[in-house]
This record gives sequence, structure tokens and C-alpha cells, in this order.
Amino acid sequence: MATSEVVHAHAGPQGFIRKYIFSLDHKVIGIQYFFLALTAVWVGMFLSLLMRIHLIWPQANLPIVGHIQPETYLALLTMHGTIMVFFVLTTAPQGGFGNYFLPIQIGAPDMAFPVLNMLSFWTTFVAFVVMLAAFFVTGGAPLHGWTGYPPLSALQSTGPGEGLGADLWITSIAIFCAASLMGALNFITTTLDLRAKGMTLMRMPLTVWSWFITAILGLLAFGVLLSAGILLLMDRNLGTSFFVPMVVVNGQLLGHKGGSPLLWQHLFWFFGHPEVYIAILPGMGVTSQILSTFARKPIFGYRAMVYAMLAIGFLGFMVWGHHMFMSGMSPYSAFAFSLLTMAIGVPSAIKTFNWLGTLYKGRIRFYTPMLFAIGFVSLFVSGGLSGPFLAQPTLDIPLHDTYFVVGHFHLIMGVAAIFGIFAATYYWFPKMFGRMMNEGLGKAHFWLTFIGTYAIFMPMHYLGMAGHPRRYSQLTEVAYLHNLIPLQTFMTYAAFITIGAQFIFVINLFWSMLKGPKAADNPWDATTVEWTTATPPPHDNFGGQTPVIHNGPYEYGVPGAARDFVMQTDPAVGAAH
Amino acid sequence: MGLALLAVIWLITFVSTYFFIWHPWWLPAGVSASAAAIDHQFVTTYILMGIVFVLAQCSLGLFVWQYRDRGSSAPPVDYSHGNTTMEIVWTVLTAVLFVGLNLMGSKIWAAERFEPAQASAVPVEVTGMQFAWYFRYPGPDGKFGITNPKLMDPSAGSEAAIGLDSNDPASKDDVVTGTMFLPVNRQVDLTLRAVDVIHSFFIPNMRFKQDAVPGLAIHMHITPTQTGDYEIACAELCGLGHYKMHGMVKVVSQEDFDKWIAAREAEKQ
Repeated sequence: MATSEVVHAHAGPQGFIRKYIFSLDHKVIGIQYFFLALTAVWVGMFLSLLMRIHLIWPQANLPIVGHIQPETYLALLTMHGTIMVFFVLTTAPQGGFGNYFLPIQIGAPDMAFPVLNMLSFWTTFVAFVVMLAAFFVTGGAPLHGWTGYPPLSALQSTGPGEGLGADLWITSIAIFCAASLMGALNFITTTLDLRAKGMTLMRMPLTVWSWFITAILGLLAFGVLLSAGILLLMDRNLGTSFFVPMVVVNGQLLGHKGGSPLLWQHLFWFFGHPEVYIAILPGMGVTSQILSTFARKPIFGYRAMVYAMLAIGFLGFMVWGHHMFMSGMSPYSAFAFSLLTMAIGVPSAIKTFNWLGTLYKGRIRFYTPMLFAIGFVSLFVSGGLSGPFLAQPTLDIPLHDTYFVVGHFHLIMGVAAIFGIFAATYYWFPKMFGRMMNEGLGKAHFWLTFIGTYAIFMPMHYLGMAGHPRRYSQLTEVAYLHNLIPLQTFMTYAAFITIGAQFIFVINLFWSMLKGPKAADNPWDATTVEWTTATPPPHDNFGGQTPVIHNGPYEYGVPGAARDFVMQTDPAVGAAH
Repeated sequence: MGLALLAVIWLITFVSTYFFIWHPWWLPAGVSASAAAIDHQFVTTYILMGIVFVLAQCSLGLFVWQYRDRGSSAPPVDYSHGNTTMEIVWTVLTAVLFVGLNLMGSKIWAAERFEPAQASAVPVEVTGMQFAWYFRYPGPDGKFGITNPKLMDPSAGSEAAIGLDSNDPASKDDVVTGTMFLPVNRQVDLTLRAVDVIHSFFIPNMRFKQDAVPGLAIHMHITPTQTGDYEIACAELCGLGHYKMHGMVKVVSQEDFDKWIAAREAEKQ
């Protein structure tokens, strides 16, 4: 390891609570986020399984939950979406892996604000507890969907779950927003200020770029959702009318007047669309990193990749109206939103071409992280190509709010992002826990999950084309849905198999943590800075040394080099970067 | 492993594509004036995206197999950081494809939503509430009477449900029903309202969908082109009965429509 500038190596805290619970170490906090997300994903997945069972066997009497009512189905749906989007897709890639590896990859001893980092995690934890509490109050969890459109979400009398359950739901999201703002601030400052000597912006790994851009999106988006959530709480509890006009619910004229339900949709989607990229950008970063590592080739078009992510982040703030083509918003604005949405497809396509270009003429090693990264590219293509349908207001007439949309976003921001998380887990597990995961179990997990998720989500496009509206708790009332029940049944069986396969992952994770073979410092022959330090890294990451960076992040297969990779800290390879 | 990936990625691609081409599940038969253009735009997008889908997935499968690590006998990797010309080529190509698709579809959207209904169109007001649709026809005077939120009482029949004010002379001949009747081949001037939460008025066969929003009266138009019964579904989550908030539109000949509306007027007297 090429180092200079020996700095004072300070010892970490020794007490259990300061070391593992209220830790200031970004690595511990990253692992805390990781386990929070792991807990949340099992809750979210269990809810989705109950939904799939209810759709096919609406009369089933299940253990623990009993007979699922239509309103219970909607509560499951709301909580599934909310938990998955906030506590899994936002928490794991950014809070988990970003927290752990961003400082190490730029050669920093920790985050810029360690106390803020700890606060950010524990605030997220409180948000999760408040969210789960909604299940246990009178009326249960809210039924208004993860998008929480008022007036449904703003009034107590619109359905069960819209009482205390809805208040807890909004409060939890508001707390989550505050936590994410703290995290975003920390990520941005750390990236800008704590890079090691020689770590220029254009030598940063694409993972760092993706976390950095995600943090900027988070900083700009979560504040808007926080304000909207507070306004909604005021409408619910203080008698204001931001989002509620004069309405009559169950023959009862309520006291609200003059509010605009569409105002919520604008505020929500101004957050909600960037949120999609908050979920997927880190997956793009880690996929780029892993494809390059295991294809033993430099990433194809590094600069194009960076510019594409910046373009996605920038355009991501100007396309929120494509969720509202059918909402009653001015039809003229649909032109602008549609054109900008089509434009965002261009940088997404650039990324796909560059991933293919990276594989082209490589020497691909098929370890589990690579399989999930390849799976990510496939799912990103499949989920991405339904985007240009939904970006056209004309085609939203038949497709909006049908299963076509559900299939689209599950493939791209659900499953593709989860594949990014799996790839990251298999790739960085050795560094985080000092042991290797089992390859055989990892591959079995990959094959079942890859085929299983396609079997669940691809048929949703067919349902949507046939006009199947989403968020229907039963398929018996509308006659034209009867023909689609066999397809729904197939998807439920596929869900059973796919969820079963996740047990393989968890067994592998915990077994390897305890019994896996010891990992070397650089088991994948990778180039970035985290692989130069000890496994697992010491408290200050580099044991009192400060790395100095001489090379770009993906120098594989360098002609004339001693081995087939040149690490970022190795003496310079030349003018390439 | 490379071969297995190739096989699985290709298999998923071909099975998906097979069902897309064979299309046992497809857009329902189109029965409105706008269906043909919307379907044409859908099929165009479908074919173009389908080609990109197959090409991208097949090259991914091919590359992972072709460029697998073959051990020491393999040629060295291609040490390359990219190719600016290629970046420009595929950026321009995708931009042309996506923006072109967008511009192709924009005329249809303009025809659907920019132009108001013709003066000769049949006026119908659609009101959504948890969990039913009501349809109102203005009667011989051609004018909708006043509705009053204070009078709304869904337990007392359809007129009370939408709060029709019987003191207004214009409301005397208004007909309110739970099933929608429309004459074939005539444009309909729809006014969409909601009294409690957001609903969405979705007639899959007519390629029609529009949210009904409390506080807004949204004007739309639609021209049925075939007689028959078509289902209406609610497409916006509106509460626990969302799944059963459906209705029926009966498209009949002008004669039958006139007879039907005359019979409803006679019932009111």
C-alpha cells in the first residue's frame, strides 16, 4: 500500500454501548442501517405474500392474521409500499453501503459529521418503530396507498385505518425525511471535503458518484415531502384545508373548503420522482463497479457514466408531472412533462450501452456479486423499456393506474434496485465481516430470484394491457377481470418460490458471518481504496495511514502491468487518468 | 456459468416476447372514436420497444457467454476506457427514438384533451362517490339543475345522492341513474365530479380514463362507436370498496336512447 503522511491513529471506543449501539463509527452505522433494512425487507415481503394469497384465495383463514378483509388488503398494500420504498430501497443502498464505503473509497477516516451520522440512523430507527406502530392502533394501518392522496388520506371518516393509523404513518414519514436530510448533508460534505490526496472528482469510483448524486437528490427532495407531510397532518388535526375542498363523506358535509387535492400530488411527486432515482442510482453505481471488477476491464465510458448520472439527477426533478397525466392537471403541461420524461430515457440508455461495452471483450469471472450485477442490467432493461409507454400521456389513457405500472416500477425500482443491494452485499460482505459468503448458496439464491422475479412481474404487463386496475383487493366484482385470474394465480405461486429463495440468502448471510472462510484483504483482485486496507478495516479505516491516490478507479487489464489490475494507490500507470 | 446465463436470459426474453406477440392478454376491443389512434400509437411503441428489448437482452446474454474467463488460453482483455464516437452515436439514436415517439403521440393527446366538446354533443354529468358512479342527464331544457352538498344523502336514492336541489326549476327534468346510457356515434360531453375522495372514471373498451377530483368539474369528450354493454371501473384508490366501484355503460341507438330518456322523464312526473 502506497501511503504517506502518517497520522495519529486513535483507538476506537471500548464500551459495548458506545461501540455497537450509539456508535459514531460510519462502519458500525452502515451495518446498523443494513440490518434495519434487512428487518424491514422481511416485513415488507411478508406483507406482499399476504396480499398475493388474499388475491387468489380471498376466503382463506390464515394463521396469525386470520381472514383478510378488503380494508386489510389495502393496509397491507400501503405498508408494503411505504416500508419498501423508505426503509429498504432508500435505507440499504445509501444509509447502509454508502455509509460504510463512501468514506473508505475516498480515503477518509470517517464521515464529516459522525454525531450527525449517528443521529441520522437513530432517527430512521424511530421512524421505523412509529411506522410499525400503525399496525397496532385502533383501525389499524392506513389504506390510502404509499402515495397517500388526499382527501382519502386527509379525513378520518374515509375508511378504517384513516384515524390514528394514518397520523402515525405521516409522522413516521416526516421523521424519516428529517433523518434523510441529516444523512444527505453528511454525504455531500464528506465527498466534497474529505477526499484523500490525489482523489480528484474524476478518479472517484462510480459508487461514490452515485451516493454523492443520490445525497443531493435527497437534500432537495425530502424537505419538500417533510413540508407536505406537516401540511397534511394540519389538515387532519387542526382543521386547515390545504388539500381538502368542500367534501361530503357518507352523506356528511365536512367543514373543509377551498383546498386542492392536486397540490398534494404536485408536492408528493416532486419528492416521489427523485425518490425513484434515490433508490436506483446507488444500484447503478455498484453495478458499474462490479461489472468492471469481474470483467477485468476498465469501465466503458467513465465520464459518460458520470455525466449520465448527473443528467438523470437533474432531469429527475422536472418530470414529476408524468405521474399526473390523468389527474385533472392542465393537459398542456403534459407535453412538457412527457418530453422531459422521454429525455431522461437517454442517459438511462447510455448507461446500459456502457455496461454492455464493459462486458465486451472482457474476461468475465462469474462470482455471485457478478451474477447479481448482470441480473441488474437485464432487469434495468426490462423495467426501463416500459417507461417510454408510460411517459406518453396518450398511452397513459389505457395504462395509467393499471398493473402495467405496477410491473414497470417493480422491475426497475423494486427488483433491479434489490439486485443492486444483493450484488453489493455479496461483493462487500468479506470486507464488512471479514469472512467469505458461500458461493454455492449464493448462486442458488441468484438463479431462483432472477427467474422468480421475472415470473412475478413480467405477467403484470399483460394484466395491465388487459385493463386490470391496480389496488383491487378482489377480482370477482368486475367481470372482465375473471379471465385474468389464472395469470394472477401463476404470479402467486411464483411469489412463493421467490420468497422461499430468500431464506437461502439469510442462511448464507448469518452462517458466513460466523463460519465462513476468512477473507483476504482483496479477495476479488479489485482496485478501489477499500481493498487496500485490512479486513475488516480498523476504527479509523487505514490504521493511522492516509492513502494517496495515483490512478483512476477501474484500471484492469493494463498492458505491461505486473498483475491484471492496478490499484488506485499503486504508483501511477501513466497518463490514462 | 456463462452458458447458463445466456440460456436463461434468452429464455426469459423469448418467453416474454412470445406472450407479447401471441397476445392472449391484450387491450380490450376498442369501441370509441379515439381507440384506433391510441391503439396505433401503442402498437408502434410496442414494436419499437420490443426490438430494443430483444436486442439488448440477447447481446447481454451473448456477451457474458462469449467473453467468459477461459483461463490462460484466452486473449488479453481489450484495455479501453471507451469510445467517444460510439457514445455520441447511441446518445443521438436513443434521443431520436424517444423524442420521435413522443412527438408522434402528441397529436392524439391534443385531439383528446385540448379541444372542447362540440355544441351538438350529449351532455352527461358523472359523479363518483364511495363506492358508486351516478350519471345525470339535463333533460329537455338542456340545463343541469343546482346540486347542494348539504342535501346529499346516498341512502335516499340517486337524486339525493348527488344532492339535487328540487327548488331549482332547471333540476325538475334532470334524470339521475346508476347505469350510463349513451347513443352510438354521437359525441358525449362529460363533466366529471367527485364528492368525497378522488375516483377515476375508466372505461377500458373506450380507451377512456380521467380522475374525478373533489372541488373540480373536469370536462371531457368521448364518442362511442359500437352498441353494447361495457364495464366501467374505478382506477384511483378510493377506499375499502375500490374493487367493487364499477358500473355499466350501455351504448344504444339514438332511437333507443331517446325512448329510454323519455321513459325516465315520464317516471319523474
